[in-house]
Amino acid sequence: MTEETTTVTMTVNGETATRIVRVREHLVDFIRGELGYTGSHLGCEHGICGACSVRVDGDVVRGCLTLAVQCDGAVIETIEGLTDSGEIADLQVTFVERNAMQCGFCTPGMLMTAAELLAQKKPMSRDEIRAFMSGNYCRCTGYHAIIDAIETTNNSRLKG
Amino acid sequence: MKAPKFSYIRAESVEHALGLLDKHGEDGRILAGGQSLMPTLNMRLSQPDILIDINRLDALKGISVDGDTVRIGALTRHVEVLNSDIVRARLPLIAEAMPHVAHVAIRNRGTFGGSVALADPAAELPACVLALKGTIVLQSVAGTREIAADDYFKGLYETERRDNELLTEIRLPAQKPGTVSVFLELARRHGDFAIAGLAACGSVSGSTISDMRIVYFASEDKPTVGTNAMAALTGRDWSDETREAACSALAGDLDPMANLNGSAAMKLHLQKVLTGRAMDAAVSRAGGAA
Repeated sequence: MTEETTTVTMTVNGETATRIVRVREHLVDFIRGELGYTGSHLGCEHGICGACSVRVDGDVVRGCLTLAVQCDGAVIETIEGLTDSGEIADLQVTFVERNAMQCGFCTPGMLMTAAELLAQKKPMSRDEIRAFMSGNYCRCTGYHAIIDAIETTNNSRLKG
Repeated sequence: MKAPKFSYIRAESVEHALGLLDKHGEDGRILAGGQSLMPTLNMRLSQPDILIDINRLDALKGISVDGDTVRIGALTRHVEVLNSDIVRARLPLIAEAMPHVAHVAIRNRGTFGGSVALADPAAELPACVLALKGTIVLQSVAGTREIAADDYFKGLYETERRDNELLTEIRLPAQKPGTVSVFLELARRHGDFAIAGLAACGSVSGSTISDMRIVYFASEDKPTVGTNAMAALTGRDWSDETREAACSALAGDLDPMANLNGSAAMKLHLQKVLTGRAMDAAVSRAGGAA
């Protein structure tokens, strides 16, 4: 079978890009390889680990389970975009303060998922935060510190 | 972990999708949420010639009420079902099951119809649809078929759906006031595939179980109605004796498939434990003595 390609246009971190993609290429391979945003990581590539989490049209999704070709016309945000916009600057500071990363491989995915939690703007218990974050693996197993950082940030945002 | 080569086409309408399915048959595969299909492609467990992407077919999205029936469009995302007031009010069983369906990023993409179309034996929604005696709507170029859930699930990833048919809608009878439902699941990690689970609905009067339908999942090759266990419960007062009778009857309903999560004996044991917990909850929710 020949390699099928097509042209897609999408907005990634505020910049519009038009590229030829292989239809079987998933979104994160495209973002990393073609656009050079290497903050989104690939761990398992079958939807278990969460390291590839990116935002598509406002919702966090598994970048490895989404084809680039499906995102024609979509607005994509990666950890680079969230960092530049300052949307999660407080969370990132708290991650450092709480030592919520060890090797750092899972961190971009953790931050992308936590950003969706924070955007809900509602009080959450540690158990609820754990359930919300349960789709993201940390193989250093530093979960306590990650939950600490998210809980602290959510609480301080709600306090205003 | 990269998908094999395939062709890709975006369906522009339901009719377009049906035409493509008719043309490609078993060589075509519907791409809905992709949360199960994409892993099998990345792991090269499947190799379809062509993916037919239905994600932009708005006609297949949404939840609506039609008399005593709730209609869920096949392409409705899990997150919409989770947050739906209609589902919370009229389908409490589904509302209770939704938090167990995967994780936030998966729920943002995965679809109700996709779960029922795939019929993973460990999935929550096929069990709920069977417990509620839902109807599955299948369309092809030849027309529409409405299949009762009891006749739809055939075996391991095997359903009544033909290769040229698109699952377009699931219809579920609204749960009646005065009835009770319970959803329970055991998993290694919140949101992961179940090790054992059940979906139950029926009526309880005082502490007497007047009527109860229980569907077990994650142990058989398909969601399975616990006919013997149900018979042992019906008309009985919920007591230690009834619990024992139902658990021992359950051995006649289930012959669990062993997998990495446990042996057949362990899974049967867990389903018995869940049966007891479910009836405790049902009696308590109905207002009787637990």
